[in-house]
Amino acid sequence: MNVLSRLTVRHIFDKIGKLSIFSARFFAAVLRPPFETKELIKQTYEVGVRSFGLVAIVGIVIGAVLTMQSRPTMIKFGAEAFIPAMVATSVLRELSPVLISVIVAGRVSAGIGAELGSMRVTEQIDAMEVAALNPFNYLVVTRVLACMIALPLLTVYADFLALFGSFLVQNIEAGMSGSLFYHTVISSITFVDFAPGVFKTIFFGFIMGIVGCYEGYNSEGGTEGVGRSATNAVVVSSLLIILVDVLAVKLTVFFFES
Amino acid sequence: MPEKTDSTHKKLIEVVNVSKAFGENKVLQDISLSIGEGETLTVLGKSGAGKSVLLKIIVALMPPDAGEVFYEGKSITNAKEKDLNAVRKNIGFLFQGGALFDSMTVGENLNMILHKHTDLPFEEREKRIRHSLELVSLSDKLDEMPSSLSGGQRKRAGLARSIVLQPKLILYDEPTTGLDPITAGTIAELILTLQTELKVASIVVTHDLPTAFTISDRAIMLEGGKKIYDGEVEGLSDAHHDHLDEFLQAAGLDRTRRGKIIRKVEAEKIK
Repeated sequence: MNVLSRLTVRHIFDKIGKLSIFSARFFAAVLRPPFETKELIKQTYEVGVRSFGLVAIVGIVIGAVLTMQSRPTMIKFGAEAFIPAMVATSVLRELSPVLISVIVAGRVSAGIGAELGSMRVTEQIDAMEVAALNPFNYLVVTRVLACMIALPLLTVYADFLALFGSFLVQNIEAGMSGSLFYHTVISSITFVDFAPGVFKTIFFGFIMGIVGCYEGYNSEGGTEGVGRSATNAVVVSSLLIILVDVLAVKLTVFFFES
Repeated sequence: MPEKTDSTHKKLIEVVNVSKAFGENKVLQDISLSIGEGETLTVLGKSGAGKSVLLKIIVALMPPDAGEVFYEGKSITNAKEKDLNAVRKNIGFLFQGGALFDSMTVGENLNMILHKHTDLPFEEREKRIRHSLELVSLSDKLDEMPSSLSGGQRKRAGLARSIVLQPKLILYDEPTTGLDPITAGTIAELILTLQTELKVASIVVTHDLPTAFTISDRAIMLEGGKKIYDGEVEGLSDAHHDHLDEFLQAAGLDRTRRGKIIRKVEAEKIK
């Protein structure tokens, strides 16, 4: 094994270890006062409401594109009537939760990484520490919780918009009526299609929050370090979301389908 | 942690045999110092001499490798977060760049600390905030964001934030670095005013000798992680130590040296 790959493997384990310790510190702090409710609301607004536009576009496009792509094949097999059901199942189970999480992670994780990173290098976090303001509770706990609250809500919002996108395509290309689309979708999806997909985004929210905070909180090396924190936050959180999704799918199938 | 005996009872801060190294680099070696109520101590030394590290160890932002720090006789080096926070309320810290929370206005910066640590009603808090800002002559900047302030104003606003809780001790990390001589003079004057008006003790880390002479009673000098001078400020120029002489000369606006350098450069140009 050459030096580079050895270094990389060590680096990965090093990061996993440090992230775990940081997460443990989060769980210890989340139950202990001070509870920064005002800051939590502000951050939830920042993560949630400020992502509305982005999530809306991505949601509609997911639904529309998936419908456009599947139409020719489904028609070839004479299964045109199943298009709404197929699109709804794929969107609710997988596409909307994962794509929305990865896209929002790009915005939120990078933002948190850069914000806390620059607070670290300009000694603002030290200043909070010295003023006995509990920066970990004020900065980290609020942001991670905000992501865990906002992401499931954004996912539900994206689910609806994706179905709307799908309906638009069906309506334009096949003249399908709104009520027919609605009834086809409602009769075909179940609790298992919808709930686990939304539920797992709580964990994805945790990942994007904790990774962004970890990278920012431990930023070093001045301005360059801030940039590195933002980049690392996006790369690590997106990767972790996708990896954890494999586990989530396996668990969903294990509990609900067998 | 054991309490210190009577001999140090009056001391606000006592640093005992503190050492700190980053890898091979021994930043502080066996440093001891103490400061009593209302006293002002300047820590001199060139950049990288471990001055800022010393300040961070004093407020427990960084653990020392060896040695201990006592606040009013109680060790804070391995103190629990709760005890540490109780001590920190009595200490103000002025960071190099002011370290204002840049998502809040100047007033909110001060209010955040007051709101957290006191039960004062809104009007009373506002009065205290205005008074602190008046002391640093920034009354008109109450609602400004930190990004719209100049470097000197940011330091002054940072100072207002450090004094809003009426601490017993203020630590200054390079209060005049990066400022023009006039603004630096104003800051030095301000520090002195605060000392006389609020009777706070101060530890000032700087490499700016004029400031040191203006504001402090006592000075220590660090070189290569070791303490090479500890005594009256006036004694600095009499204490003969190679590095100290060099430091004083370099800072002493030595015109003859300037002449020498200019002549040397010109001589090389002619060649």
